[in-house]
Amino acid sequence: MSIATIFEIVLAAVVLGLGIWTIVVRETYSATVGFVAYGLLVALIWVRLDAIDVALTEAAIGGGLGGVLLLGAAAQLRDSEPAVTDAAGNAVRVCAAILSALTAATLAGAVLVLPDPAPTLAPAAVSNAWATSLANPVTNVLMAFRAMDTMLEKVVLLLAIIGVWSLAPDSAWGGHPGPRHQADPHGVLVFLARLLPPIGIVVGIYVLWTGANHPGGAFQGGAILAAMWLLAIMAGLADTPPVSSRRLRLILVAGPGLFLVVGIAGLLFGSAFLSYPPAQAKPLILAIEVAMILTIAATLGLLLAGAPERRTGQ
Amino acid sequence: MSLLGDIITIVAVSAGAFFFLAGTVGLLRFPDTLTRLHALTKADNLGLGLVVLGLLPQAASLRDGFKLVSIWLLGLLAGATVSQLIARAARQGESAR
Repeated sequence: MSIATIFEIVLAAVVLGLGIWTIVVRETYSATVGFVAYGLLVALIWVRLDAIDVALTEAAIGGGLGGVLLLGAAAQLRDSEPAVTDAAGNAVRVCAAILSALTAATLAGAVLVLPDPAPTLAPAAVSNAWATSLANPVTNVLMAFRAMDTMLEKVVLLLAIIGVWSLAPDSAWGGHPGPRHQADPHGVLVFLARLLPPIGIVVGIYVLWTGANHPGGAFQGGAILAAMWLLAIMAGLADTPPVSSRRLRLILVAGPGLFLVVGIAGLLFGSAFLSYPPAQAKPLILAIEVAMILTIAATLGLLLAGAPERRTGQ
Repeated sequence: MSLLGDIITIVAVSAGAFFFLAGTVGLLRFPDTLTRLHALTKADNLGLGLVVLGLLPQAASLRDGFKLVSIWLLGLLAGATVSQLIARAARQGESAR
Protein backbone atom coordinates (compact mmCIF):
# COMPACT_ATOMS: atom_id res chain seq x y z
CA MET A 1 0.00 0.00 0.00
CA SER A 2 1.51 3.30 -1.06
CA ILE A 3 1.79 6.27 1.25
CA ALA A 4 -0.69 8.18 -0.93
CA THR A 5 -3.32 5.46 -0.36
CA ILE A 6 -2.76 5.57 3.41
CA PHE A 7 -3.13 9.36 3.31
CA GLU A 8 -6.39 9.03 1.37
CA ILE A 9 -7.82 6.43 3.78
CA VAL A 10 -6.92 8.62 6.78
CA LEU A 11 -8.39 11.69 5.06
CA ALA A 12 -11.65 9.90 4.24
CA ALA A 13 -11.89 8.56 7.81
CA VAL A 14 -11.31 12.02 9.31
CA VAL A 15 -13.93 13.59 6.99
CA LEU A 16 -16.46 10.89 7.93
CA GLY A 17 -15.71 11.31 11.63
CA LEU A 18 -15.95 15.09 11.40
CA GLY A 19 -19.25 14.79 9.51
CA ILE A 20 -20.73 12.55 12.22
CA TRP A 21 -19.38 14.85 14.95
CA THR A 22 -20.94 17.89 13.25
CA ILE A 23 -24.34 16.18 13.35
CA VAL A 24 -24.06 14.69 16.85
CA VAL A 25 -22.60 17.68 18.73
CA ARG A 26 -25.34 19.64 20.52
CA GLU A 27 -23.97 23.17 20.43
CA THR A 28 -24.67 25.05 17.20
CA TYR A 29 -21.36 26.91 17.45
CA SER A 30 -19.29 23.70 17.72
CA ALA A 31 -21.23 22.17 14.84
CA THR A 32 -20.42 25.23 12.73
CA VAL A 33 -16.71 25.05 13.51
CA GLY A 34 -16.82 21.33 12.66
CA PHE A 35 -18.54 22.14 9.38
CA VAL A 36 -15.85 24.67 8.39
CA ALA A 37 -13.09 22.13 9.07
CA TYR A 38 -15.14 19.56 7.15
CA GLY A 39 -15.34 21.91 4.15
CA LEU A 40 -11.57 22.44 4.11
CA LEU A 41 -10.90 18.68 4.33
CA VAL A 42 -13.42 17.96 1.55
CA ALA A 43 -11.45 20.50 -0.53
CA LEU A 44 -8.35 18.34 0.09
CA ILE A 45 -10.29 15.30 -1.18
CA TRP A 46 -11.14 17.21 -4.38
CA VAL A 47 -7.41 17.99 -4.77
CA ARG A 48 -6.64 14.27 -4.47
CA LEU A 49 -9.25 13.64 -7.20
CA ASP A 50 -7.43 16.18 -9.44
CA ALA A 51 -10.51 18.44 -9.40
CA ILE A 52 -8.66 21.63 -8.44
CA ASP A 53 -11.47 23.89 -9.70
CA VAL A 54 -13.97 22.19 -7.40
CA ALA A 55 -11.46 22.21 -4.53
CA LEU A 56 -11.02 25.99 -4.84
CA THR A 57 -14.77 26.54 -4.85
CA GLU A 58 -15.31 24.16 -1.91
CA ALA A 59 -12.61 25.86 0.15
CA ALA A 60 -13.95 29.34 -0.66
CA ILE A 61 -17.67 28.60 -0.25
CA GLY A 62 -17.94 25.50 1.98
CA GLY A 63 -15.07 26.42 4.27
CA GLY A 64 -14.96 30.22 3.98
CA LEU A 65 -18.06 32.22 3.14
CA GLY A 66 -20.52 29.47 4.10
CA GLY A 67 -18.72 29.09 7.42
CA VAL A 68 -18.95 32.83 8.14
CA LEU A 69 -22.65 32.78 7.24
CA LEU A 70 -23.29 29.85 9.62
CA LEU A 71 -21.19 31.45 12.39
CA GLY A 72 -23.34 34.58 12.15
CA ALA A 73 -26.48 32.47 12.31
CA ALA A 74 -25.11 30.52 15.30
CA ALA A 75 -24.32 33.77 17.12
CA GLN A 76 -27.89 35.00 16.59
CA LEU A 77 -29.34 31.65 17.68
CA ARG A 78 -27.26 31.49 20.86
CA ASP A 79 -29.86 33.16 23.07
CA SER A 80 -32.71 30.92 21.96
CA GLU A 81 -30.62 27.73 21.86
CA PRO A 82 -32.05 25.77 24.86
CA ALA A 83 -35.63 26.26 23.63
CA VAL A 84 -34.72 24.99 20.17
CA THR A 85 -32.89 21.84 21.32
CA ASP A 86 -35.78 20.76 23.56
CA ALA A 87 -38.40 21.38 20.89
CA ALA A 88 -37.70 18.38 18.64
CA GLY A 89 -39.97 15.53 19.71
CA ASN A 90 -39.31 11.82 19.32
CA ALA A 91 -41.61 11.52 16.31
CA VAL A 92 -39.68 14.23 14.48
CA ARG A 93 -36.39 12.57 15.36
CA VAL A 94 -37.56 9.16 14.09
CA CYS A 95 -38.88 10.73 10.86
CA ALA A 96 -35.58 12.59 10.33
CA ALA A 97 -33.61 9.39 11.00
CA ILE A 98 -35.73 7.40 8.50
CA LEU A 99 -35.42 10.14 5.88
CA SER A 100 -31.63 10.32 6.35
CA ALA A 101 -31.27 6.53 6.22
CA LEU A 102 -33.39 6.36 3.05
CA THR A 103 -31.31 9.11 1.40
CA ALA A 104 -28.07 7.38 2.36
CA ALA A 105 -29.36 4.02 1.11
CA THR A 106 -30.49 5.55 -2.21
CA LEU A 107 -27.11 7.23 -2.67
CA ALA A 108 -25.25 4.02 -1.81
CA GLY A 109 -27.47 2.09 -4.23
CA ALA A 110 -26.89 4.63 -6.99
CA VAL A 111 -23.12 4.40 -6.50
CA LEU A 112 -23.23 0.57 -6.52
CA VAL A 113 -25.23 0.29 -9.77
CA LEU A 114 -22.97 2.74 -11.65
CA PRO A 115 -21.63 1.04 -14.79
CA ASP A 116 -17.89 0.43 -14.88
CA PRO A 117 -16.29 2.38 -16.54
CA ALA A 118 -18.63 5.21 -15.63
CA PRO A 119 -20.21 7.07 -18.57
CA THR A 120 -18.30 10.30 -19.19
CA LEU A 121 -18.38 13.28 -21.50
CA ALA A 122 -14.84 14.30 -20.54
CA PRO A 123 -13.18 13.12 -23.81
CA ALA A 124 -15.84 15.01 -25.82
CA ALA A 125 -15.20 18.17 -23.76
CA VAL A 126 -11.44 17.89 -24.26
CA SER A 127 -11.62 17.12 -28.01
CA ASN A 128 -13.89 20.13 -28.64
CA ALA A 129 -11.70 22.59 -26.74
CA TRP A 130 -10.56 24.15 -30.06
CA ALA A 131 -13.99 25.77 -30.42
CA THR A 132 -13.27 28.26 -27.64
CA SER A 133 -9.43 28.36 -27.60
CA LEU A 134 -9.50 27.94 -23.80
CA ALA A 135 -7.32 25.16 -22.41
CA ASN A 136 -9.12 24.58 -19.09
CA PRO A 137 -11.85 21.99 -19.81
CA VAL A 138 -13.82 23.03 -16.69
CA THR A 139 -14.06 26.64 -17.92
CA ASN A 140 -15.06 25.32 -21.35
CA VAL A 141 -17.90 23.30 -19.85
CA LEU A 142 -19.03 26.11 -17.54
CA MET A 143 -18.81 28.96 -20.02
CA ALA A 144 -19.48 27.32 -23.39
CA PHE A 145 -20.75 23.73 -23.49
CA ARG A 146 -23.11 24.09 -20.52
CA ALA A 147 -23.26 27.89 -20.38
CA MET A 148 -27.02 27.77 -19.82
CA ASP A 149 -26.49 26.12 -16.39
CA THR A 150 -23.96 28.76 -15.37
CA MET A 151 -26.27 31.58 -16.46
CA LEU A 152 -29.19 30.15 -14.50
CA GLU A 153 -26.88 29.68 -11.49
CA LYS A 154 -26.19 33.43 -11.54
CA VAL A 155 -29.94 34.11 -11.72
CA VAL A 156 -30.33 31.90 -8.63
CA LEU A 157 -27.72 34.04 -6.84
CA LEU A 158 -29.75 37.11 -7.76
CA LEU A 159 -32.91 35.47 -6.38
CA ALA A 160 -31.04 34.62 -3.17
CA ILE A 161 -30.05 38.25 -2.64
CA ILE A 162 -33.66 39.37 -3.26
CA GLY A 163 -34.75 36.80 -0.68
CA VAL A 164 -32.31 38.15 1.91
CA TRP A 165 -33.30 41.75 1.21
CA SER A 166 -36.99 40.91 1.53
CA LEU A 167 -36.38 40.18 5.23
CA ALA A 168 -35.82 43.91 5.80
CA PRO A 169 -38.32 45.78 7.97
CA ASP A 170 -40.27 48.46 6.08
CA SER A 171 -38.51 51.26 7.95
CA ALA A 172 -35.06 50.09 6.79
CA TRP A 173 -35.94 49.35 3.15
CA GLY A 174 -33.47 51.04 0.81
CA GLY A 175 -30.91 51.37 3.61
CA HIS A 176 -27.56 49.73 4.35
CA PRO A 177 -27.38 45.95 4.93
CA GLY A 178 -25.94 44.75 8.24
CA PRO A 179 -24.60 46.75 11.16
CA ARG A 180 -22.03 49.57 10.77
CA HIS A 181 -18.81 48.02 12.08
CA GLN A 182 -16.50 50.00 14.32
CA ALA A 183 -12.93 48.95 15.02
CA ASP A 184 -9.94 50.53 16.75
CA PRO A 185 -8.39 52.64 13.94
CA HIS A 186 -4.88 51.67 15.14
CA GLY A 187 -5.79 48.02 15.81
CA VAL A 188 -4.64 44.88 14.04
CA LEU A 189 -7.93 44.33 12.17
CA VAL A 190 -7.73 47.74 10.51
CA PHE A 191 -4.05 47.11 9.75
CA LEU A 192 -4.92 43.82 8.05
CA ALA A 193 -7.83 45.44 6.20
CA ARG A 194 -5.43 48.02 4.76
CA LEU A 195 -2.61 45.57 3.97
CA LEU A 196 -4.43 42.53 2.58
CA PRO A 197 -6.98 43.85 0.02
CA PRO A 198 -4.38 45.07 -2.53
CA ILE A 199 -2.83 41.59 -2.50
CA GLY A 200 -6.23 39.87 -2.44
CA ILE A 201 -7.57 41.91 -5.37
CA VAL A 202 -4.53 40.97 -7.47
CA VAL A 203 -4.94 37.29 -6.50
CA GLY A 204 -8.68 37.41 -7.28
CA ILE A 205 -8.11 38.88 -10.74
CA TYR A 206 -5.25 36.41 -11.32
CA VAL A 207 -7.54 33.49 -10.44
CA LEU A 208 -10.12 34.81 -12.94
CA TRP A 209 -7.53 35.31 -15.69
CA THR A 210 -5.72 32.01 -15.19
CA GLY A 211 -9.09 30.21 -15.32
CA ALA A 212 -8.84 30.18 -19.13
CA ASN A 213 -5.99 27.67 -19.07
CA HIS A 214 -5.57 26.51 -15.46
CA PRO A 215 -7.87 25.84 -12.50
CA GLY A 216 -9.65 29.02 -11.48
CA GLY A 217 -12.43 31.20 -12.78
CA ALA A 218 -14.98 33.87 -12.03
CA PHE A 219 -16.57 32.13 -9.04
CA GLN A 220 -13.34 31.44 -7.17
CA GLY A 221 -11.94 34.89 -8.00
CA GLY A 222 -15.25 36.50 -7.03
CA ALA A 223 -15.18 34.74 -3.66
CA ILE A 224 -11.69 36.16 -2.98
CA LEU A 225 -12.81 39.68 -3.96
CA ALA A 226 -15.89 39.33 -1.74
CA ALA A 227 -13.67 38.29 1.18
CA MET A 228 -11.50 41.41 0.70
CA TRP A 229 -14.59 43.64 0.56
CA LEU A 230 -16.00 42.04 3.72
CA LEU A 231 -12.67 42.51 5.50
CA ALA A 232 -12.80 46.26 4.77
CA ILE A 233 -16.44 46.36 5.92
CA MET A 234 -15.73 44.47 9.15
CA ALA A 235 -12.81 46.78 9.95
CA GLY A 236 -15.12 49.78 9.54
CA LEU A 237 -13.08 51.14 6.60
CA ALA A 238 -16.00 50.78 4.20
CA ASP A 239 -19.75 50.67 4.59
CA THR A 240 -22.15 48.41 2.76
CA PRO A 241 -23.86 50.36 -0.03
CA PRO A 242 -27.57 51.16 0.44
CA VAL A 243 -29.70 48.59 -1.40
CA SER A 244 -31.47 51.43 -3.22
CA SER A 245 -28.15 52.33 -4.92
CA ARG A 246 -28.59 52.15 -8.70
CA ARG A 247 -24.90 51.39 -9.24
CA LEU A 248 -25.06 48.44 -6.86
CA ARG A 249 -28.12 47.03 -8.61
CA LEU A 250 -26.42 47.42 -11.99
CA ILE A 251 -23.43 45.42 -10.71
CA LEU A 252 -25.77 42.74 -9.34
CA VAL A 253 -27.46 42.21 -12.71
CA ALA A 254 -24.32 42.77 -14.83
CA GLY A 255 -23.25 39.09 -14.94
CA PRO A 256 -26.55 37.39 -15.76
CA GLY A 257 -27.59 40.41 -17.88
CA LEU A 258 -24.56 40.28 -20.17
CA PHE A 259 -24.87 36.48 -20.31
CA LEU A 260 -28.48 36.85 -21.45
CA VAL A 261 -27.61 39.52 -24.05
CA VAL A 262 -24.85 37.31 -25.52
CA GLY A 263 -27.22 34.35 -25.45
CA ILE A 264 -29.98 36.17 -27.33
CA ALA A 265 -27.42 37.54 -29.81
CA GLY A 266 -26.39 33.92 -30.44
CA LEU A 267 -30.06 33.08 -31.08
CA LEU A 268 -30.51 35.99 -33.52
CA PHE A 269 -27.21 35.89 -35.43
CA GLY A 270 -25.88 32.39 -34.73
CA SER A 271 -27.27 28.90 -34.61
CA ALA A 272 -28.71 28.70 -31.09
CA PHE A 273 -29.16 30.41 -27.74
CA LEU A 274 -25.72 31.06 -26.19
CA SER A 275 -23.84 29.88 -29.29
CA TYR A 276 -20.63 31.87 -29.69
CA PRO A 277 -18.96 32.32 -33.08
CA PRO A 278 -15.66 30.40 -32.59
CA ALA A 279 -13.53 33.37 -33.66
CA GLN A 280 -15.02 35.62 -30.96
CA ALA A 281 -15.57 32.89 -28.36
CA LYS A 282 -12.66 33.81 -26.11
CA PRO A 283 -13.28 37.60 -25.95
CA LEU A 284 -17.00 36.99 -25.38
CA ILE A 285 -16.37 34.46 -22.60
CA LEU A 286 -13.83 36.79 -21.01
CA ALA A 287 -16.27 39.72 -21.11
CA ILE A 288 -18.99 37.60 -19.47
CA GLU A 289 -16.54 36.38 -16.83
CA VAL A 290 -15.44 39.95 -16.00
CA ALA A 291 -19.07 40.99 -15.57
CA MET A 292 -19.71 37.82 -13.58
CA ILE A 293 -16.80 38.27 -11.16
CA LEU A 294 -18.20 41.70 -10.19
CA THR A 295 -21.69 40.25 -9.76
CA ILE A 296 -20.44 37.27 -7.76
CA ALA A 297 -18.22 39.37 -5.49
CA ALA A 298 -21.05 41.84 -4.80
CA THR A 299 -23.63 39.07 -4.31
CA LEU A 300 -21.53 36.94 -1.95
CA GLY A 301 -20.56 40.02 0.08
CA LEU A 302 -24.16 41.20 0.35
CA LEU A 303 -25.42 37.69 1.22
CA LEU A 304 -23.11 37.78 4.24
CA ALA A 305 -23.95 41.40 5.09
CA GLY A 306 -27.61 40.39 5.46
CA ALA A 307 -30.87 42.30 5.21
CA PRO A 308 -31.01 46.13 5.16
CA GLU A 309 -31.01 47.39 8.75
CA ARG A 310 -30.20 51.12 8.71
CA ARG A 311 -31.47 54.11 6.82
CA THR A 312 -28.84 56.22 5.06
CA GLY A 313 -27.24 58.66 7.49
CA GLN A 314 -28.08 56.65 10.63
CA MET B 1 22.21 18.71 -6.89
CA SER B 2 18.94 16.80 -6.85
CA LEU B 3 20.24 14.58 -4.02
CA LEU B 4 21.11 17.67 -1.98
CA GLY B 5 17.67 19.10 -2.79
CA ASP B 6 15.98 15.89 -1.67
CA ILE B 7 17.95 15.85 1.59
CA ILE B 8 16.95 19.48 2.29
CA THR B 9 13.33 18.57 1.52
CA ILE B 10 13.27 15.55 3.83
CA VAL B 11 14.98 17.34 6.72
CA ALA B 12 12.99 20.59 6.47
CA VAL B 13 9.58 18.99 5.90
CA SER B 14 10.18 16.54 8.79
CA ALA B 15 11.15 19.45 11.05
CA GLY B 16 8.04 21.32 9.89
CA ALA B 17 5.86 18.29 10.61
CA PHE B 18 7.44 18.10 14.08
CA PHE B 19 6.46 21.72 14.79
CA PHE B 20 2.91 21.03 13.60
CA LEU B 21 2.78 17.98 15.90
CA ALA B 22 4.17 19.98 18.85
CA GLY B 23 1.77 22.84 18.12
CA THR B 24 -1.18 20.46 18.03
CA VAL B 25 -0.16 18.78 21.29
CA GLY B 26 0.19 22.24 22.85
CA LEU B 27 -3.21 23.28 21.52
CA LEU B 28 -4.78 20.23 23.15
CA ARG B 29 -2.81 20.24 26.42
CA PHE B 30 -2.15 23.87 27.39
CA PRO B 31 -4.38 25.30 30.12
CA ASP B 32 -5.70 28.64 28.78
CA THR B 33 -6.42 30.56 25.58
CA LEU B 34 -3.21 32.61 25.46
CA THR B 35 -0.84 29.65 25.89
CA ARG B 36 -2.87 27.64 23.37
CA LEU B 37 -2.52 30.51 20.88
CA HIS B 38 1.22 30.52 21.56
CA ALA B 39 1.41 26.84 20.64
CA LEU B 40 -0.74 27.32 17.56
CA THR B 41 1.31 30.19 16.13
CA LYS B 42 4.49 28.12 16.42
CA ALA B 43 2.90 25.52 14.15
CA ASP B 44 1.77 28.22 11.71
CA ASN B 45 4.96 30.25 11.58
CA LEU B 46 7.78 27.74 11.96
CA GLY B 47 5.99 24.58 10.83
CA LEU B 48 4.59 26.09 7.64
CA GLY B 49 7.84 27.99 7.01
CA LEU B 50 9.91 24.82 7.26
CA VAL B 51 7.49 22.88 5.02
CA VAL B 52 7.70 25.66 2.42
CA LEU B 53 11.48 25.76 2.74
CA GLY B 54 11.57 22.01 2.21
CA LEU B 55 9.34 22.19 -0.86
CA LEU B 56 11.38 24.96 -2.52
CA PRO B 57 14.03 22.58 -4.01
CA GLN B 58 11.15 20.58 -5.56
CA ALA B 59 9.52 23.65 -7.19
CA ALA B 60 9.44 23.28 -10.97
CA SER B 61 10.14 26.95 -11.69
CA LEU B 62 11.08 30.23 -10.03
CA ARG B 63 7.41 31.27 -10.31
CA ASP B 64 6.25 28.24 -8.31
CA GLY B 65 8.89 29.01 -5.70
CA PHE B 66 7.62 32.58 -5.35
CA LYS B 67 4.07 31.26 -5.01
CA LEU B 68 5.16 28.92 -2.19
CA VAL B 69 6.98 31.72 -0.35
CA SER B 70 4.01 34.08 -0.72
CA ILE B 71 1.72 31.37 0.71
CA TRP B 72 3.97 31.28 3.77
CA LEU B 73 4.01 35.09 4.07
CA LEU B 74 0.20 35.28 3.78
CA GLY B 75 -0.09 32.48 6.35
CA LEU B 76 2.17 34.46 8.70
CA LEU B 77 0.10 37.61 8.22
CA ALA B 78 -3.20 35.82 8.78
CA GLY B 79 -1.89 33.82 11.76
CA ALA B 80 -0.40 36.84 13.49
CA THR B 81 -3.50 39.00 12.98
CA VAL B 82 -6.03 36.37 13.97
CA SER B 83 -4.12 35.33 17.09
CA GLN B 84 -3.95 39.02 18.16
CA LEU B 85 -7.70 39.37 17.65
CA ILE B 86 -8.49 36.14 19.53
CA ALA B 87 -6.14 37.13 22.37
CA ARG B 88 -7.83 40.53 22.68
CA ALA B 89 -11.28 38.97 22.65
CA ALA B 90 -10.17 36.46 25.32
CA ARG B 91 -8.77 39.24 27.55
CA GLN B 92 -11.91 41.32 27.19
CA GLY B 93 -14.01 38.27 28.00
CA GLU B 94 -11.95 37.70 31.15
CA SER B 95 -12.17 41.31 32.36
CA ALA B 96 -15.92 41.32 31.70
CA ARG B 97 -16.40 38.31 33.97
